[in-house]
Amino acid sequence: MTTAKRWLLPDGVEEILPREAYKLETLRRGLLDLYGSWGYELVITPLIEFLDSLLVGSSHDLDLHTFKITDQLSGRMMGIRADITPQAARIDAHCLNREGPVRLCYADSVLHTKPRGLLTSRVPIRVGAELYGHAGVECDIELICLMHATLEAAAVPEIHHVLGHVGIFRALVDAAGIESATEAALFDAVQRKAFDEIEALLADSVADQPLRALLNKLTQLSGDENVLDEALAAFADAPEAVRAPLQELAQIAAGVRARVPGIRLCFDLCELRGYQYHTGVVFAAYSPVHGRAVAKGGRYDDIGEVFGRARPASGFDCDLKTLVKLSQAECVKPAAIAAPLSTDPALALVVDALRAAGETVVASLVEPMAASAELFEQGCDRRIVKGDNGWQVESL
Amino acid sequence: MTTPSLVIALTKGRILDEVLPLLAQANIVPSEDIEKSRKLIFDTNLPHVRLMVIRGSDVPTYVEFGSADIGVVGKDLLLEYGDEAFYEPLDLGIARCRLMTAEPIDRPAPTGRLRVATKFVNIAKRYFAERGTQIELIKLNGALELAPSMGLADAIVDIVDTGKTLTANGLEAKELIANVSSRIIVNKASMKIKNAAIREVLAQLGEAVARNN
Repeated sequence: MTTAKRWLLPDGVEEILPREAYKLETLRRGLLDLYGSWGYELVITPLIEFLDSLLVGSSHDLDLHTFKITDQLSGRMMGIRADITPQAARIDAHCLNREGPVRLCYADSVLHTKPRGLLTSRVPIRVGAELYGHAGVECDIELICLMHATLEAAAVPEIHHVLGHVGIFRALVDAAGIESATEAALFDAVQRKAFDEIEALLADSVADQPLRALLNKLTQLSGDENVLDEALAAFADAPEAVRAPLQELAQIAAGVRARVPGIRLCFDLCELRGYQYHTGVVFAAYSPVHGRAVAKGGRYDDIGEVFGRARPASGFDCDLKTLVKLSQAECVKPAAIAAPLSTDPALALVVDALRAAGETVVASLVEPMAASAELFEQGCDRRIVKGDNGWQVESL
Repeated sequence: MTTPSLVIALTKGRILDEVLPLLAQANIVPSEDIEKSRKLIFDTNLPHVRLMVIRGSDVPTYVEFGSADIGVVGKDLLLEYGDEAFYEPLDLGIARCRLMTAEPIDRPAPTGRLRVATKFVNIAKRYFAERGTQIELIKLNGALELAPSMGLADAIVDIVDTGKTLTANGLEAKELIANVSSRIIVNKASMKIKNAAIREVLAQLGEAVARNN
């Protein structure tokens, strides 16, 4: 068959060629070092595990995104990880069993059955950090700052952070006693910010005038920092369960601002991403050069309960491939040195010394050494030649 | 802070005719006649706002990707494309029509699986599944009214305006799937980081819509 396209890769599956791979790996190492310097310990989770533990506490969405296969040894269904967070939660709840805060980080491939969005990879490389065992705002402040540091390290331009809190919507819905079918419809309309639909739904389902007004108001509350003040004023007489998450959000915003002066914070108080999964503050980072969130995270307390221990939990992750695409940093592998084919021990010493000093030395496979053009193609800009004083490096 | 640039995606034809007056009331006027030009992207009286003119079914794609911040698109195309990818803050109330099922007049109940011809395959699939009916879908791109009389389908799912085309082809509209009008959709990232600029456009368009109704 001459027409067989053996080189063809599946949709949304790509390879990373040397130039990009160098940039990606440099960034990956940099980020893991960054997380390490903040006290986050690296974990390497299995590529595949039993489906029921992989999908713990997650949404239907994650189920749909997970590739499944049958384990020939146990007959049980296994999934190829589409997200690393549940695995990290299991490690914290079941394997580490520490009492105090646990900081974990990871950088690994995941696999998605379908792309998460337009022109999105099905094999992203997830890099992220999770903090378990602390329920206070200090934990979320640290994570937002670390997420910011991640994007700064990746040189993503004009980072904007958007903060929300699923607790506000949840408390209002509870207070209004909206039944679950209506709540689902309302949730759907709120996710789309379809204001006319929201208003119609609330008019039909919420008899309590002030509560209806608050819910309507909430869906409008998105924008810059003023939104938070506006919300605090508008919800001054709201039930305590509604005001508490709002105050938490205000504390987090103040904490982040104190740590990272000049950070661009926006608010969207009806951002309900991961509503089934998140339990508190949610945050995401955006850049004008990308039509989707670049990094996202939030609080997901007690997910570890099924693994034996309910623990406060918060974290964020992002796709390393996206970071590399958006990165404005120049990151090019330094040019190498070509070494001739020779058995001279003196040459070997010179080569070892250069490599130890961080240089790349490419050994020639033929004698005499290839012409300059070919050496350039191999990424060399210098070569080792035998001069009067022994082996020396000279420019090409 | 400078006003961020905004790209608004529009569709030629009926939607454009009805949306340009609304945009004008929101103080957004293209710098040349869109209908007469062969260009696809236009400057406006506002230095930070540009208009692009594309096929209706491509508007969701451009807005989801973020090439356009705002789009004007019929609810029919939105339902077909999947509406989770954007915000849908404003119903412009223009280009109103209905998305309906239609069948040959006095058609005897078909035996076996119902064959449905449509260009809205996702909507049709969802609609009939919700009603517990298994169907055979036939994707067509136009002149759907012909499919039943040529023996290709038992029913069609299509946009109905006056219903004259249906009648002329021996069909009658049966069930309403959705009321359709043009909506404003907004890219989720744009809504967050260009919030003030987009809100201003939305508020002015909202006022224009309220005035016209």
